[in-house]
Amino acid sequence: MDLITPGFGLVFWTAVTFIFLLVILRKFAWNPILGAVSDREEGIKTALASAENARKEMENLTADNDRILKEARAERQAMLKEARELKSNMIETAKTEAKEEANKLVAQAQAAIASEKKAAIADLKSVVAELSISIAEKVVRAELSDQSKQEKLVESMLENATLN
Amino acid sequence: MTITGIAAIGAGLAAIGAGVGIGKIGGSAMDAMARQPEMHGKIQSSALILAAFVEAVALFGVVVAFLQG
Amino acid sequence: MNTFRTVLFTTLFLALSFIGFATDKEPSKDDAPFDPKAMILHHVKDAHEFHLWDWKGSPVSLSLPIIVWTDNGLTSFSSSEFHHDDEGQTIVEANGGRFVKLHEKIYQLDSGATAVAYDAEHHPTNANKPLDFSITRNVFMMWVSVALLLFIFLTTARSYKNSKDGVPTGIAGFMEPLIIFVRDEIGKPMIGEHKYKRYMPYLLTIFFFIWINNIFGLIPILNGANLSGNIAFTFTLAVFTFIITTFSGNKNYWKHIFWMPGVPVPMKLFLMPIEIIGMFVKPISLMIRLFANITAGHVIILALMSLIFVFKSVAIAPVSVAFSLFITVIEIIVTAIQAYIFTILSALYFGMATEEEH
Repeated sequence: MDLITPGFGLVFWTAVTFIFLLVILRKFAWNPILGAVSDREEGIKTALASAENARKEMENLTADNDRILKEARAERQAMLKEARELKSNMIETAKTEAKEEANKLVAQAQAAIASEKKAAIADLKSVVAELSISIAEKVVRAELSDQSKQEKLVESMLENATLN
Repeated sequence: MTITGIAAIGAGLAAIGAGVGIGKIGGSAMDAMARQPEMHGKIQSSALILAAFVEAVALFGVVVAFLQG
Repeated sequence: MNTFRTVLFTTLFLALSFIGFATDKEPSKDDAPFDPKAMILHHVKDAHEFHLWDWKGSPVSLSLPIIVWTDNGLTSFSSSEFHHDDEGQTIVEANGGRFVKLHEKIYQLDSGATAVAYDAEHHPTNANKPLDFSITRNVFMMWVSVALLLFIFLTTARSYKNSKDGVPTGIAGFMEPLIIFVRDEIGKPMIGEHKYKRYMPYLLTIFFFIWINNIFGLIPILNGANLSGNIAFTFTLAVFTFIITTFSGNKNYWKHIFWMPGVPVPMKLFLMPIEIIGMFVKPISLMIRLFANITAGHVIILALMSLIFVFKSVAIAPVSVAFSLFITVIEIIVTAIQAYIFTILSALYFGMATEEEH
């Protein structure tokens, strides 16, 4: 019975001592210790978070770089293609134009040649006609001065005419 | 038999009850820990708390025995 | 390997001390039969002097002051004035009162009485017990433990202040895991993430206070300064827990006690007295658990040691030393477990008191 009856003195001293211990430790030990521990934990947490952020940023940057590089490459490709098309177009146009021009020239030349030829032929014809007439006149005059010759002539002509 | 002797028997009976109870808690805790080793810490602390509750009942018996003894 | 060596060394040390401890207990009066019950109770209970050892038949002890509150006001004198008398033979006169010490209790003789008279059950009839504020050996050891705790934790706190980045050095490196254990395994899960901070100083103080006093109770040379196995000590701590629980109880807590939600009205009426009793049973069980566990440990160790004197044979000594060594090692674990359980249950009750409706 004695064992389980709380003695007043010890209750009193325990209460006083415990409150004293609680107050002192709370002020000078628990608050600083828990504060330091949680500060450190916070520090570690923020450091980890910022490292994670940096990693993400880095990843973003790399992704950006990749994207830009890809875009540039595509742009270059497009530009090259365009240039190539332009070049072939130009060549094509130049070719057709040149051909047309040449054709035109050839046609003009042919027309000119043809007209020149016609004129030349006409000229030649008149010259030949006049010449023939004059020759014929001269021949006729000479032939006609001698009877026998006239007759021979007539004969040969007749002969020729038959052969014709 | 004196009252002290009877009180001792009472304390012994209380100990039997607590022994059975704590044994069951311990056995189930071991089972659970074997099944889920990753829950080891949680199971251990709840088993300790439950054992403390069971033990308290037995200790009431012991204290009543003290009262008489 | 290192741990093993430490454990081996500690247990050897404890075993040696216990042998010394046990021989101290030999009854000084050689003719009187050895009474293990009286010896055990003497060591489990509080005392007014700090008995260290016997030297050539006379006890060597530290005298502690006796402070009593009498009709003439506060009276104090040294316990050495009783000359180790515990049977009410020596009468000390101080401040107009006459005092005797009987079974470690201070009695004040009624005026006119010159010797203690007893009734049939050996209770004094002509003396009364004044309010006793004496610095008993338990109070003394409590102050020693407080000094040690203050030293340890103020040093720890200073080490944090001195280190630049909050990295613990020295003793702080040893104490920090324990503090974090109390915070993360007791405070946070039992009370909840948001409210645990308010209760941390109390939980930490109670944990280390109980633990260190449990350990002090196991140190043999201190001869059973069984503070944490004294019901007055556990009673006081349980009262603190009860007061804090009651004052931090929110609306939800009181509703669960007086008008349990979610059950029919007859059930509510039935549950109310149970819950009200439960409110008081919780701290009472805290008190009983710590007291009975620690006291039982001491009783078992001392009883095993008493076997040597009960059988009056040296041959029994190895067995009894081995067994009490075994129990002592278990008790070393129990010191920590009981401190943990007292703290975690206190935290659980605070958590119940502050739990929000869900």
